Amino acid sequence: MSESNAFNSNMYLPFEKGLHELDVQIRRLEELSKRNNMDFGEEISNLARKREEMAKELFSRLTPWQKVLVARHPARPQTLDYVGAMCEEFIELRGDRCFADDRAVVTGLARIAGRRIMVVGQHKGRDVRERNACNSGCPHPEGYRKAILKMRLAEKFGLPIVSLIDTKGAFPGIGAEERGQSRAIAQNLQEMSVLRTPIVCVLIGEGGSGGALGIGVGDRLLMLEHAYYSVITPEGCAAILWKDHEKKEEAAAALKLTSADLKAFGVVDEIVPEPVGGAHRDPKQMAETLKAAIVRHLDELARIPMDQLVAARYERLRKTGVWRIAQAAGVEVQETARAK
Amino acid sequence: MAWGSRRLGAVQPKNVQPEGQFTKCPGCAEMLFVKDLEKQLNVCRHCGHHLYMGAWKRIRAFLDEDGVEELFGELETCDPLEFRAARSYKERLEECQARTGMKEAAVIVRGRLKGIPLIVGVTDADFLMGSMGSVVGEKITRAFETAAGDKLPVVIFSGSGGGARMDEGILSLMQMAKTSAAVAHFGRTGLPYISYITNPTLGGVSASFAFLGDIIVAEPGALVGFTGPRVIKQTMRTELPKGFQTAEFMCEHGQIDMIVHRKDMRDTIARILSLLTGKEPVGAERATIA
Repeated sequence: MSESNAFNSNMYLPFEKGLHELDVQIRRLEELSKRNNMDFGEEISNLARKREEMAKELFSRLTPWQKVLVARHPARPQTLDYVGAMCEEFIELRGDRCFADDRAVVTGLARIAGRRIMVVGQHKGRDVRERNACNSGCPHPEGYRKAILKMRLAEKFGLPIVSLIDTKGAFPGIGAEERGQSRAIAQNLQEMSVLRTPIVCVLIGEGGSGGALGIGVGDRLLMLEHAYYSVITPEGCAAILWKDHEKKEEAAAALKLTSADLKAFGVVDEIVPEPVGGAHRDPKQMAETLKAAIVRHLDELARIPMDQLVAARYERLRKTGVWRIAQAAGVEVQETARAK
Repeated sequence: MAWGSRRLGAVQPKNVQPEGQFTKCPGCAEMLFVKDLEKQLNVCRHCGHHLYMGAWKRIRAFLDEDGVEELFGELETCDPLEFRAARSYKERLEECQARTGMKEAAVIVRGRLKGIPLIVGVTDADFLMGSMGSVVGEKITRAFETAAGDKLPVVIFSGSGGGARMDEGILSLMQMAKTSAAVAHFGRTGLPYISYITNPTLGGVSASFAFLGDIIVAEPGALVGFTGPRVIKQTMRTELPKGFQTAEFMCEHGQIDMIVHRKDMRDTIARILSLLTGKEPVGAERATIA
């Protein structure tokens, strides 16, 4: 599935030009051999090997900006893809009981490897119609309120929560502000920090600032290898600090937003490796890898007594940040999450 | 985060020139004598526009004169990302420190309001746009923890056009979660937390401790919201409604409890604390019951 899917999707990123050319050559030879009944088997397998090596090499040294592009790839698996591939059962629950059902956030009861869970996730939508309905995964306050409502439900029935994060950011609109975007996000941060049920958060694609964090407080934070998580989009940062949108590559590097950076800062617990070429090149394998990681963490958390779990969650947040303490005689540097 | 509002110009201290000078009111463009303006708590006598008020000036105007003690002043900012844009974080930070005489955007003090002991925090919108990095987040968090330990109410004046500070990347974002968790734990003590929103309060500060007050108060005309108006205008390619994201607008939309004129901040907060906790303020004007 992966190879043909990759080619048919016809969505190569700018830095994948070399891969694209090889894929074109391979396809030509395949067609030629079919049409003329000739055997190019050896040439094809040579090219395929070359392609594999090139892809491996390319994706082992992606720049931060290239990772942002992979994380935003239109064919990258989304929340509902993962739910479909990882869960035996899923019953979607809709609405915030106040104003609307925000399609940018998907919530529902699910079963994963036999374990009952509540799924909360941001969903961008695939085709134009779905993307419009989902606002491309940018939640309104209703999305955050729906999420916390279902999380309270999870707490009540003793279900652990799996939160899949994938948003460019909270929706920047008039209605969103009128209906309390700030309060909605703040309330989720507050409530998730003391919710009495295990919470596993996974950054599956884009982690856009407060909009991502709004469903992202928990006991574990996993991050897909090529996902990014940032205080601001590289474009936004470039516009403000360089006064130039085109400096987004520099901004992406300066913001230290890759999974490796976040692991080094101690913000991310585990990096989930992606198939060569990114999650969209082999969604099935990606879902399998992710499922195994989620289940492992759910089982670990299930063994921790609830009081201890909630206390540890606060401790986890409590130690984020870097500062030093000025003293009369010199300065003592606190070495919490220091970057490499 | 929600950086960049054109109206931020209104809070820059360049409007408040050194003593003996005049300054132009950003609200009505009248020339104001700075000495007079200071006596009026930086409120324009012509149009009532609330001009920027620095952290220490705010603390002096809000608290009783005696017994103000700064807390956590020993926390100093690092540069964990070794962040460098057009200019480096270190450079921007040092320049800001030299200009303002402050070490960071947040100041936390212990003091009394009409005799009621409490902890007060201020984020100064003029220090790197009042943005929240590790030190601001840590100070706010410690303010709640100390208040919980000493059984004191908390009042936080927020002013932040910058939200979560870009220069400390993801660590700044995590301060939103950290401070919100601190509010959650403080909430269990049954002690009051009053959030006092000043111009401007946006992004990561707005979407964390500022909107988690038991009671949320705002100054007249303050810009309040998650995404800044300029970004909304650009992204949505639409005109914004009149008065969009002002404190008054947010109050009408049910987002905040009340608008309080700066001259009333002492009385109003003291009365609220008294009604919530039963502690009697000394010399607070009572509401007259007809």
